[in-house]
Amino acid sequence: MINENGLRVDGRKPNELRLIKMEVGVLSNADGSAYIEQGKNKILAAVYGPREVHPRHLALPDRALLRCRYHMAPFSVEERKSPAPSRREIELSKVIKEALEPAIFLEKFPRTSIDIFIEVLQADGGTRCAGTTVAALALADAGVPMRDLVVACAAGKVDGVIVLDLNDIEDKEGEADVPVAYMPNLGLISLLQMDGSLTIEEFNQSLNLAMDGCKQIYKFQKEALKARYVTIKEEVEECLR
Amino acid sequence: MFFFENRQVVTPGDLLAEGDYVAGNNTYKDESRIYASRLGLVEYGEKVVQVVALNTFYIPSVGDQVIGKIEDVNINGWVVNINSPYKAALRASEALNKPFRQQKDDLTRFLDVGDLIFAKIISFDRTIDPVLTIKEPGLGKITQGQIVKVSPAKIPRIIGRKASMINMLKKETECKITVGQNGIILISGPSPEHERLAIMAIEKIAQEAHTSGLTDRITEMIRKEKGEKK
Amino acid sequence: MSSIMVSRIRQKQIAQMVASGKRLDGRGLKDYRPIKVETGIIEKAEGSSRVLLGKTEVVVGVKVEIGDPFLDRPNEGVFTVNSEFVPLASPEFEAGPPSEESIELARVVDRGIRESKAIDLEKLCIIPGKKVYVIFIDIYVLNHDGNLIDASSLAALAALLNTKIPVYVVEENEVKKTNDYIPLPIKNLPVSVTLANISDKLVVDPWLEEEEAMSARLTITFDKDNKISAIQKGGTGALKPQQIMEAAHIAKEKAEELRKMVVKT
Repeated sequence: MINENGLRVDGRKPNELRLIKMEVGVLSNADGSAYIEQGKNKILAAVYGPREVHPRHLALPDRALLRCRYHMAPFSVEERKSPAPSRREIELSKVIKEALEPAIFLEKFPRTSIDIFIEVLQADGGTRCAGTTVAALALADAGVPMRDLVVACAAGKVDGVIVLDLNDIEDKEGEADVPVAYMPNLGLISLLQMDGSLTIEEFNQSLNLAMDGCKQIYKFQKEALKARYVTIKEEVEECLR
Repeated sequence: MFFFENRQVVTPGDLLAEGDYVAGNNTYKDESRIYASRLGLVEYGEKVVQVVALNTFYIPSVGDQVIGKIEDVNINGWVVNINSPYKAALRASEALNKPFRQQKDDLTRFLDVGDLIFAKIISFDRTIDPVLTIKEPGLGKITQGQIVKVSPAKIPRIIGRKASMINMLKKETECKITVGQNGIILISGPSPEHERLAIMAIEKIAQEAHTSGLTDRITEMIRKEKGEKK
Repeated sequence: MSSIMVSRIRQKQIAQMVASGKRLDGRGLKDYRPIKVETGIIEKAEGSSRVLLGKTEVVVGVKVEIGDPFLDRPNEGVFTVNSEFVPLASPEFEAGPPSEESIELARVVDRGIRESKAIDLEKLCIIPGKKVYVIFIDIYVLNHDGNLIDASSLAALAALLNTKIPVYVVEENEVKKTNDYIPLPIKNLPVSVTLANISDKLVVDPWLEEEEAMSARLTITFDKDNKISAIQKGGTGALKPQQIMEAAHIAKEKAEELRKMVVKT
């Protein structure tokens, strides 16, 4: 999985991210939306709310109810995936929700719900991380007040080497995968999972590498949000010409 | 200490200022540090640090005038959608000028599902949905005109400093313009063409709210459009 | 895992106690509640265990069947972990489809067993590509008083160590069960340790009220060689990177202690 020059199956260096593209405000019906491509991952996120909670008995008296659905399209993987939510998708929905929750001022909107929908259109490893990154953008686009953005990236061990942002093959064949979500300004970790086999020292390296990856992706996130203004500005200048 | 230039784009979590400042709109304070909580343009005042947000949603506030749509009629009043996470209630006693007789009066004769009203918020807190009244001059059922919806974040810009923008709009387009704080605006003019012009102008203001020289540009646009029509 | 409504005042008490290095139930920050492990409690199951972690009670039953291997692993047996939050265990548990908490619990226990390669799956092949052993690990939560993950992973390990599988012979491509039983082949001993973040301090083995007061929890599973096999952060709060590394070191030490309790039985 790592060649004699120390490069990975897709030619990347161990600490190199895949190509990343993000766009904010891509769906007109949603209150907020965003799209990400990270390697071959293609993921959409939409946010609805704060809005009235349905069913009503789920409403919380002191804060907004945050709900998250991570879902993979049947055509997103090699072999068709049943559209019914799998146990994996239910677990990931939960951990992604818990990764975003500390960043949101839920207490400002009691008795409402904020619903996050993440649709994986194509999966190539690291979809929970890319899904978290793009969902944070959709939340910011919706105008939901946030303490910080949330950005996620995995690190792991492949062929004995600690590497950043594992693709599908590396995730499946590698020794370990450590997905991490990070709030860059607050310096806090809000999603952390690991599977595989690592010593404490290797885990420490992976955690630090993943946080480095998060800091890099954070720059793209900010650019994508700022682009909302730039496009408008360009239109204005066009008119003035 | 400020960490950005005035009117620079900021994103949630950006550290805006540190020191003895007040956290204004769309910011939050942690000890002496002020951070952005929404995407927008930072504005540093003498005391207050705030963010003019690109997008917000409407949270009711007592005294606000809003435009809402009747969504349901119940035994002693109406449920009103005011373009907010919270549905508003309009009680019969806040709508009718005579005592309301539950047995006899058919509320749908006054307001029915789908009707629009211009109303004022008279109470709202964390535990109770907003309550409206239409029993003040200028409030009540809307019977004519067209509706435009904008992000509530843009309402201050549409009104403008000392109402300069809205007064210009009214004068130039010859339309009556009623602004709901909840981002819903009612336009009624002498003809559909006049109304169309006003809608166009409002949408343009919302779109370019963060740019400077906007009033002049909008005035110019309206005059140009009117000129072409003649 | 909100199971009871702990009053604000109680949450504050818990937080203040922890801030001063103590706990409401008298434990130190790094102490587990008393643990009791029994095995072989269900005769009809090929393996079983009951773990008491304070008042938290979990039963694990292991059933063994014959079935098909996965297409991409023709020479390996198969196992699945499932968990049931039976309604008798807590006023908050309801009958019906599994909650996301219950799915998360099963998947975290599964990951510890799978990633540490605790079960020697290659020894569970009967006819390559056709017939293999299928091991069902069912977690039954009987009383919920917090930290279900550690109680369940300990119970799962105890039950696996207690499991005897029937011996099958292949005669003319037919699989026949004999009357002999052999122990389930076990290669590794994963043990999970859960810590809660309360008042920015780490607390081992949170009980129910502490779970209500915590901002986040972290479960770290160590194998017998002190390598990490699985990690799961839970809860609506966040953790500092230093806290995570501190938790890893505490968990490593605690996992060794817990492992001894199971292997002894």
